[in-house]
Amino acid sequence: MAVTETEVVQGIGSDYEVKYGFHVAEDYFFKSGRGLSHELVDAISSHKDEPDWMRKFRHQSLDYFYARPMPEWGGDLSGIDFENIYYYIRPTEKQANTWEDLPADIKDTWDKLGIPEAEKKYLAGVGAQYESEVVYHKLKEELTSQGVLFLDMDSGLREHEDIVREHIGTIIPQNDNKFAALNSAVWSGGSFIYVPPGVKVDLPLQAYFRINAENMGQFERTLIIVDEDAYVHYVEGCTAPIYSSDSLHSAVVEIVVRKGGRCRYTTIQNWSNNVYNLVTKRAVAHENATMEWVDGNLGSKLTMKYPAIWLMGEGAHGEVLSIAFGGEGQHQDAGGKCVHVAPHTTSVITSKSISKNGGRAGYRGLLEVAKGAHGARSKVVCDALILDEESRSDTYPYIRIDENDVDIGHEATVSKIGEEQLFYLMSRGLSEAEASAMIVSGFVEPITKELPLEYAVELNRLIQLQMEGSVG
Amino acid sequence: MALLEIKNLHVALEDGTEIVKGVDLAIDTNEVHAVMGPNGSGKSTLAYALMGHPAYEITEGEIFLDGEDLVELGADERAQRGLFLAFQYPYAVPGVTVASFLRSAVNAVRKARNGGADDPVPVPEFRKRLMAAMDELGVSKEMAGRYLNEGFSGGEKKRIEILQMAMLDPRIAVLDETDSGLDIDALRVVAGGVKGLVGETMGALVITHYQRILNYITPDYVHVFVGGKIVAEGGPELAHRLEAEGYEAFVPAEALAGGES
Repeated sequence: MAVTETEVVQGIGSDYEVKYGFHVAEDYFFKSGRGLSHELVDAISSHKDEPDWMRKFRHQSLDYFYARPMPEWGGDLSGIDFENIYYYIRPTEKQANTWEDLPADIKDTWDKLGIPEAEKKYLAGVGAQYESEVVYHKLKEELTSQGVLFLDMDSGLREHEDIVREHIGTIIPQNDNKFAALNSAVWSGGSFIYVPPGVKVDLPLQAYFRINAENMGQFERTLIIVDEDAYVHYVEGCTAPIYSSDSLHSAVVEIVVRKGGRCRYTTIQNWSNNVYNLVTKRAVAHENATMEWVDGNLGSKLTMKYPAIWLMGEGAHGEVLSIAFGGEGQHQDAGGKCVHVAPHTTSVITSKSISKNGGRAGYRGLLEVAKGAHGARSKVVCDALILDEESRSDTYPYIRIDENDVDIGHEATVSKIGEEQLFYLMSRGLSEAEASAMIVSGFVEPITKELPLEYAVELNRLIQLQMEGSVG
Repeated sequence: MALLEIKNLHVALEDGTEIVKGVDLAIDTNEVHAVMGPNGSGKSTLAYALMGHPAYEITEGEIFLDGEDLVELGADERAQRGLFLAFQYPYAVPGVTVASFLRSAVNAVRKARNGGADDPVPVPEFRKRLMAAMDELGVSKEMAGRYLNEGFSGGEKKRIEILQMAMLDPRIAVLDETDSGLDIDALRVVAGGVKGLVGETMGALVITHYQRILNYITPDYVHVFVGGKIVAEGGPELAHRLEAEGYEAFVPAEALAGGES
């Protein structure tokens, strides 16, 4: 019996403003000026005392960024003013490994978001990024002793330069797209994870990303390497204060899953409605490896994000589970990509998009099977639920097949919450909001049931909040 | 005043067509009333209008439950006050299990009856009640974990309607053609379930085309409903007369045809 429903109901009445939308005073160790330049890139690199190759990587990336035009597909990016953004804020001089060592305002923020409590209850490790830097980081002792590395990306570069240098920009090239180039130029923070062969990390590792300042640009960079037959579940959450002007979040996440390994990456994205969320995520899965993206997008003004899996080794398996909820003033251009390069690879893409109050949510995906990937199997299911006449859902399922011996399935449905279905539930005593939330929870259930209970509850609660129309 | 009093009820569709044309009914606890009518007589419209379906407008008349007029209340508020409708065609809610749906519904009703303050039923108590009610209605335990009405057979849907009724403790239960599409075994179980609930705290209004279900639930009163109106009233013997003589015996054939909608 699902515990989630009562938990969901407990979320009624709270709203984004109180729970996540607050901000605290800025008392920072360093804050850059607004705008983007090679001088800024130098300043970031110097602050971090980086090796020369990384400084060059950044400068080159900035040139790529300048050279590339703005994308003209997806969402409306014309509102982004790159000169108005703060690209680098270092809130504290040093990273803490106890919550008590953080400045009071920052610790208070994490307490309100419930991160220290979650760490105690069900996490193997936590990284907490505030503005540009990971201000708190900790991994359970027993995992450290098994050789698991879970650091912020800057520490990863300092302490494991060879691994970072070998992989960074290889899964997502600097010049992959305009926003990957921007991230490569000004990246700061993010997670660096290495799981040694055969090690299974039973509890999730969690990173939490918090923007506090107005017009902030957050550009974390994450690299995850899951070695042979190893397993890790990485979870990220993110929130920001509500401001009348825009912020920008543009991350790059690169993942390598080696032979027989498995990586699950769960995102519960709940940015405030003034954040542009333009993220590039890509994983490669080698022989018999499994990569799973669970991508929940509830917040932000505009999200453009299509987590990708390249199935490079025979027997590799990829899954993308995507939830996109577009409320008032929101556009979720979500989706996923699976590219079958090796024989007997399998993939499943399941997308559930919900739109209400004039919001837009949809699926944009690519399924590609390269010549030689014989015996590849894939299934793409995209379902859309539209809650009212003003809202919109779009489906762009691109499929490219260069191999004959394949088994590909694609299904798409669009439904609306019917008056009859609502009446049925209301005739049992549920209010209209409760009844709608129940229908939506049921609609996304194929995805929430894949999540650990705590995250399923969180996701359902956020959906309930969205249904109350109190977000943003 | 009876527990449920329906006074001069007129109901119209959104386009203004009048379907229910002045109905008076009074139902108390411990009573079973049968409303019997042919297809198209407006029986289901009456049921939906009682429950507060937004597509059916009450143009005239009143519905009192325990002395309170329900006409301006939404379906949720009517349910919270103790009105229940067993649907002829229950809707599916994919992804929501029978158990979790029932728990949410029970808690919504408890909250309303507790003056708006949360009063959730403790999980073990809920589970016990649910299992007992399922036993009683011959519903297999695995149904609790299935998605509400999704892929259910006609018989399963009707049993789950009665299960919902049992769990929600209504004061007045309206059953809209609950007998349609049921085989004899299912009919016996469903009717037995209803009969078991009618008593000191509940009365029932059984809406039906056929007399069949009334073999299992003997009505105290029978109302013959044709063309949006009650045209004859009596005791259980009236149902048998209807079965033998047909609806034509109660109204001229042309009026019967005119009642179609």
